[in-house]
Amino acid sequence: MYDLKALYEAQSVQDAVRLRLEHPQAQIIAGGTDVLVQMREGKRAGAELISIYGIDEMRGVSLDEQGAIRIGSLTSFSHITRDPIIQKYINVLGEAVDLVGGPQIRNAGTIGGNTCNGVTSADSASTLFAWDAVIELTGENGPRRVPIEEFYLAAGRVDLRPDEVQTAILIPRESYENCSGHYIKYAMRNAMDIATTGCSVNVVLSEDKRTIRRARIAYGVAGPVPLRARTAEKTAEGRPFTAETAEAFAAAVLEDIRPRDSWRASKAFREHIAVELAQRCLIEAGRRAGGVPA
Amino acid sequence: MSSQYKLIRCTINGRAVEQMVDVRASLTDMLRNDFRLTSVKKGCEVGECGACNVIIDGECFNSCLYLAAWADGKSIRTLEGLMGPNGELSDIQQAFIDEAAIQCGFCTPGFIMTAVEILESGKEYTDGELRKLLSGHLCRCTGYENILRAVKKTMYKRLGKTQS
Repeated sequence: MYDLKALYEAQSVQDAVRLRLEHPQAQIIAGGTDVLVQMREGKRAGAELISIYGIDEMRGVSLDEQGAIRIGSLTSFSHITRDPIIQKYINVLGEAVDLVGGPQIRNAGTIGGNTCNGVTSADSASTLFAWDAVIELTGENGPRRVPIEEFYLAAGRVDLRPDEVQTAILIPRESYENCSGHYIKYAMRNAMDIATTGCSVNVVLSEDKRTIRRARIAYGVAGPVPLRARTAEKTAEGRPFTAETAEAFAAAVLEDIRPRDSWRASKAFREHIAVELAQRCLIEAGRRAGGVPA
Repeated sequence: MSSQYKLIRCTINGRAVEQMVDVRASLTDMLRNDFRLTSVKKGCEVGECGACNVIIDGECFNSCLYLAAWADGKSIRTLEGLMGPNGELSDIQQAFIDEAAIQCGFCTPGFIMTAVEILESGKEYTDGELRKLLSGHLCRCTGYENILRAVKKTMYKRLGKTQS
């Protein structure tokens, strides 16, 4: 038995919005792989829960009229990995969420829950940051959209208003077109572990595959919230796709990241890993884009 | 506050059932207490050990991190559902015995249900893939090698192939 006071089950998005307004103190629960663990630990003793898990309209991946990839917030990690649209346009996201927890967790956990938690170590977050994902939130006055970088306010805090639920995550067409990426999760175990640091890089190469037209890089656990390393991005832009560029790109990330000491790893170790991951990710992302590092 | 209940209609091991559940119950609680399906073990209860693993609509879930209230309309399978009409063991259960993939047996039902999902996909996996697919379970006795062997053996048998 969970120590919960009441359970309100939303049947639709509108229903969820109504429940949010009726029970402002209640916690939203999606797949439950974080909320229910916190309840077990006694952190949410006596909580009221609004379950959105039954809202099937919030599941699945599709392409919208503008060509953006629309991922329903309740889509589970395993469904994202197996989805043909994801595999075709943003395979790295499927690969990144395939590193969350273990198989059963990936069947239950949702991408919306992963981002609404506001934690820096979320395996989906760095890739979503690196691909300029847009978060769709639906409230009383309908949906609004915010860039993911603005959605994260502080550690454990996101821009989710009292009447809102997160309904989808969008990847705009200009973000994924001709773009290839790579994600590396650095953790102590291969399964059932939280990232010490995670790094996601994606690139667009020139027609001849020799020059980096655009490079984007984001980290998890390199600061209180996931973050982009823009100095590094500028360093690589317009430069030839070479090992030398990758080195300069990787060295520049130290300008942007601000990891801390924690029981999982020291700041110095995280910085070391962050540089190494940036270099490897850039080379692999470039390879996937058809380039050969000179 | 008075207790809150919900009427659940679902299918458990192929049988349609109806049950009034306390909304505070996990699916593990419901399966063990209301249906006496004690193959569903209470291990860590935080989704790390996989001892409570069951198949819901074809996919494996840790039933400890699943509200009983969510079971409404679902098809749930537990280890008990693998039993043949005369109490026979299934091929995967027999393989666990033959390969000595069991010692204390606490992790076994969870492992076997994951193996069932793997086997029913009808695909052939590499050792590396199998290890990853089985990674949501902890076993403190066997060291995993025998479990991997049991799953692999059954996979090849069902695919009608000889083990390489």
